[in-house]
Amino acid sequence: MRHRLEFTGKKLFRMGVLLLGVSLVTFLLMCASPLDPLQTNVGQTALGSMSPEQVEKLEAYWGVGIPPAQRYIGWLWDVCHGDFGTSLLYRQPVLEVVGERLANSAGLMFFAWVISGVLGLALGVAAGAFRGRWQDRLIRGYCLVITSTPAFWLAILLLLIFSVWLGWLPIGLAVPAGTDASSVTLADRLAHAVLPALTLGITGVANIALHTREKMVDVMESDYVLFARARGESARSAVLRHGLRNVILPGITLQGASVSEIIGGSVLVEQVFSYPGLGQAAVTAGLGSDMPLLLGITVITAAIVFAGNLAADLVYGAVDPRIRKGAAGR
Amino acid sequence: MKNGNRRRNAAVFLICAAVILLAVTASGILLEEAAVETDFAEKNLPPSNRALFGTDWMGRDMFARTLAGLSLSIRIGVLTAVVSGIAALLLGIAAATLGRKVDAVISWCIDLVMGIPHILLVMLVSIACGRGFAGVVAGVALSHWPSLARVIRGEVIQLRQAPYILTADKLGVSRLKIVRRHMLPHIMPQFLIGMVLLFPHAILHEAGVTFLGFGLSSEQPAIGVILSESMGYLTTGKWWLALFPGAALVLVVLLFSVAGEYIRRLADPASAHE
Repeated sequence: MRHRLEFTGKKLFRMGVLLLGVSLVTFLLMCASPLDPLQTNVGQTALGSMSPEQVEKLEAYWGVGIPPAQRYIGWLWDVCHGDFGTSLLYRQPVLEVVGERLANSAGLMFFAWVISGVLGLALGVAAGAFRGRWQDRLIRGYCLVITSTPAFWLAILLLLIFSVWLGWLPIGLAVPAGTDASSVTLADRLAHAVLPALTLGITGVANIALHTREKMVDVMESDYVLFARARGESARSAVLRHGLRNVILPGITLQGASVSEIIGGSVLVEQVFSYPGLGQAAVTAGLGSDMPLLLGITVITAAIVFAGNLAADLVYGAVDPRIRKGAAGR
Repeated sequence: MKNGNRRRNAAVFLICAAVILLAVTASGILLEEAAVETDFAEKNLPPSNRALFGTDWMGRDMFARTLAGLSLSIRIGVLTAVVSGIAALLLGIAAATLGRKVDAVISWCIDLVMGIPHILLVMLVSIACGRGFAGVVAGVALSHWPSLARVIRGEVIQLRQAPYILTADKLGVSRLKIVRRHMLPHIMPQFLIGMVLLFPHAILHEAGVTFLGFGLSSEQPAIGVILSESMGYLTTGKWWLALFPGAALVLVVLLFSVAGEYIRRLADPASAHE
């Protein structure tokens, strides 16, 4: 048990340092930007008609003129006290904005994550087991087409088919427009989340299926599967008992790593469906030079990605007896 | 196809793909003028013989716009894939040969870049470069090297133990020379395949980030711009504005992906027995 804790502690420390790096890189990139926040948000004409005092006030609000090092250290100090600053566009604490947006996105992402994991594994195992036959070709063809398709175009297509053409599902947003927050039903929310979640799920499946197929092909060519078949085990039993079990291990790592892709995809997909999630907030913050919000979103997203990888490492260790024993021996 | 020589088939396919992609790139450059030409007498036309892909709300020919956009995408894709491919090659080799400290630093950078979702990182870099062409190229190039760098690093670390490398080292051949004469030729096929397989990602991310408004400016007929403009006209039933440009982009990306697979088949003769 102790080495597991030690391993986790080391990973956590590394994660912390990486997060610090992420925040520094993000901060530097935003500082290097030649885009003037006043120009982008207030506009040239409005700025020209303002008095110097007003411009000065605005400059102070957007933090123009404070040296970068001082700003970064100030930000870091506040973060250590649990304060990510205030979003300049939403005029709310960053944590509140992120929390609200994340609550909207979490359902989408979780659904897509589970669908892509389960379906991807199943398709990958099937393709590997039927290698070279029509099932394999079909699944591989599907994966190839999907990985070559931009997620946002797929979202537009689904929108065209199901919302515009068939009229089955609403066109955008997370709730019906113009209704009270209290009168929104769960069915409304689900109807609005179906298409974005579906898009994310469809795109996520391909990558996992392709990688799983590779592993499955390796497993099916291994000596132990040959031996099992020679002993008279049916193909079905060989796949389920020997193939699936061995493929699940790399599958866990893939599943942990796919968090990053799903978050990335959600940025594009939410934009298409005007879904008020984290990704859309990131785009708004980026276009409006809302430094505190974009910094907060990047750091929190990176934390989620690292947590996904860490969880995969830990589960891997708990599931695979070889790693468990190997670590104990050390 | 079935009875033909697989290597020859692969070569034929590769030549066809290269010709198609070159033709698209060249015609896109030639059609750049036509892509921005407006004709208000012929606006909102559905696809027909006159306008193959239809026209938009300003009477611009969608066929010309699509080709021009594809051409732009291919050029950006090639540029960014080559830049990040070379960065991956240099960093991957450096991590594997320059000792543990350098390795730790580079591996840390790889983890760092992989930790931020690609599209967010491209957005950030693009903002740092003031958006536009330079922003997209820098963003996509800076975010795509880590996976290939990791592969190359692993490959070189294995290679370090190869007898001929050890022998060269014992004979006093300098490190730089070992890398250049013995390691580079060995990893070249893998590097080339990896770089070709970077194109699809690069093109898709360029289109994505342009779609979001961080990339190419809206005057340029990029696929991302075309699709994001079409969003406003979808609900009124102008499906052709989104369908054809997107489908064309998918075809181009597919060509690159399949070409990468075939190059792998050519470069690695053992895989032909599969």
